[in-house]
Amino acid sequence: MAEIRLPVHKNILTLVFSYTGREALRLVGDLGAMVIFFALAFFNIFRKKQFIEIVKQIYYIGATSSLIVMLVGLFTGMVMGLQLFYTLVKFGSVGALGSAVSLSLVRELGPVLTAIMITARAGSGMTAEIGIMRISEQIDALSSMRIDPVRYLISPRVAASIISFPLLTSFFDLVGILGGYFTGVLLLGTNAGTYFYRVQSSINMVDVRGGFIKSLVFAVIVSCICCFQGYFCHMRTDGYGAKAVGLATISAVVISCVMILIADYVVTSFIM
Amino acid sequence: MESVPLIEFRNVSKQFNDKIVLNKVNARIYENQITTIIGKSGTGKSVFLKHIIGLLKADEGDILFHGKSVNKMDKAERRAYMSDISYLFQNNALLDSMTVFDNVAFPLRQTTNLNKKEIEKRVLQRIEDLELTEAIKKYPSELSGGMQKRVALARALVTDPKIVLFDEPTTGQDPIRKNMILSMITHYRKKFGFTAIMISHDIPDVFFISDRIIILWEGAVGFEGTYEEAVKLKLPIIGEFLRSLEGFQDELTGLLSREAFRMHYAGMLGGAATTTSVSAALFSVRMNLLDDVLGPQTALETLKLLGKFTNRQFNSVGGFSARHSRDQILTIFPHTTPDEARELVAGFALKLQQGALAGIESIAGRKTGKVVCFDIYIHAGITGIFPADEIEEIIAKAEAKQEIIATYRCDSGGSK
Repeated sequence: MAEIRLPVHKNILTLVFSYTGREALRLVGDLGAMVIFFALAFFNIFRKKQFIEIVKQIYYIGATSSLIVMLVGLFTGMVMGLQLFYTLVKFGSVGALGSAVSLSLVRELGPVLTAIMITARAGSGMTAEIGIMRISEQIDALSSMRIDPVRYLISPRVAASIISFPLLTSFFDLVGILGGYFTGVLLLGTNAGTYFYRVQSSINMVDVRGGFIKSLVFAVIVSCICCFQGYFCHMRTDGYGAKAVGLATISAVVISCVMILIADYVVTSFIM
Repeated sequence: MESVPLIEFRNVSKQFNDKIVLNKVNARIYENQITTIIGKSGTGKSVFLKHIIGLLKADEGDILFHGKSVNKMDKAERRAYMSDISYLFQNNALLDSMTVFDNVAFPLRQTTNLNKKEIEKRVLQRIEDLELTEAIKKYPSELSGGMQKRVALARALVTDPKIVLFDEPTTGQDPIRKNMILSMITHYRKKFGFTAIMISHDIPDVFFISDRIIILWEGAVGFEGTYEEAVKLKLPIIGEFLRSLEGFQDELTGLLSREAFRMHYAGMLGGAATTTSVSAALFSVRMNLLDDVLGPQTALETLKLLGKFTNRQFNSVGGFSARHSRDQILTIFPHTTPDEARELVAGFALKLQQGALAGIESIAGRKTGKVVCFDIYIHAGITGIFPADEIEEIIAKAEAKQEIIATYRCDSGGSK
């Protein structure tokens, strides 16, 4: 049957609508694909011969990122110690410094900044590595050897992220609190006992649990987005080959960071 | 009656965006044969192979395995089908973060329950077979293109597959290595009994080892059958295509290519209907025996040396030569009677025995690093040519008259 095409008058309005519609459809399609991708990766975590691969990825995502995460945590805590000290002095409540630093870190800054740091360090690496494997047919080679690429490449990374993110977040929180101690107590002279008493008394299990829930959500988001972008980099329409890998890496980092902040708001609104 | 094909393409079509790559392709691949797919760049050769291994799905048509549609197989059948196939990628597709050993061991580690010791044994065997021992701890990026290809081949063969797909296995290799890889494919095919499906442009060598060829032409099958059938058909499109691939010279030996030889022969006999002044000699050396004793590389060096020696000796009297099988060289003497040809060949044999064959000992010693003991027998058969004789008839006549003309014997310390 002959296709009937209606005349389309191209003006700014139709262009805006068509662009919005196209992008919305693409976004919905990508989201659906990503959910299926994550589900496949998640269920393959529990297959045979995964343990060693997961340990290797924990080393890559977790162990090698720990130093940079702790360094950022230290300086974040130090800056907070400084800023909050001068703010609290104005209200005559310097004694609350420990509470302010620890609650900010455990509830909010720890999970968010750790996730962003891991995205920048390990997430971009994941995308680039998987992307290069895709364009050099290494992923096809896995399929031809009857090795499920999702099981071999994606599942260990998702599992390692789920394990590493909360651990690194706890390192970040701990070192951040120590950073606040350095500036607030050692440099500016707040009482050490008061600082640690306030830290201990103000943090409840609910705060710690909330921080960990966030870091788990971020782990899923970051690993899923970064692996997805690398795995399907050959299907990009804005670049091919090495350029596609580069663009996929940029997309992975940008989308992950934005999604971390959006998810942070959503999770916070649920757990508060 | 033809047997049921191992793999059959029925009206398979594949399109990427607007480009039709495969257009209702019908092709058959038989068990325990080497089938070679040839065709110009972009005619869908790799796409053809990727359909077999399931990396691509046909838009239309069906692929049958032992008469059963791959699309209609259940999960277990499909898994069994896939486990029988190995694929050697055009760009090797080695895992570049793993060493050579780990790359070869990878499919065994991931898809079998073999213990560490057994995996190590099998991997080391394949690595040794493909002369990769010195590269065992290296990464793919530290290897030459040729070595990477051999690593990929070792990985493809380590699981002892029943069907091996070779996507241009000899690309980027020198003539000796190309022939070594082709010899190896033949050798392993005989040893393990797998079916080989290969994309290659190494004419004529690929014809010497192929049981059937499939010529892909503008997305469809232009020809399917043996090389001899392709030549007998004398379709201009096939002749032109084969000539364009083959060139005028045999890369390994420096002799004429088969197509160039045919053209020379046709041109020579075209006007001159003489019956007595044209003769031919068919030289042969038992390559299989040399392969076993000296290894494939030295055996090929021997053939190369024989080709060069033949060219040098007979070009001066107007003779022209080409390889017509892996280990046979046919020389035509345009203005020579069979008796004169016999004298020429006797002189050639003497020089060959005194000079060239003794030189092989040094090649063998150089390659193996030790004193090697081996025997070489060069056979030759001389026959007159009649104007109506086809090349295949000349070969048959000369083959019937073959006798040993030169010998290198180990027990007499050289030529006898």
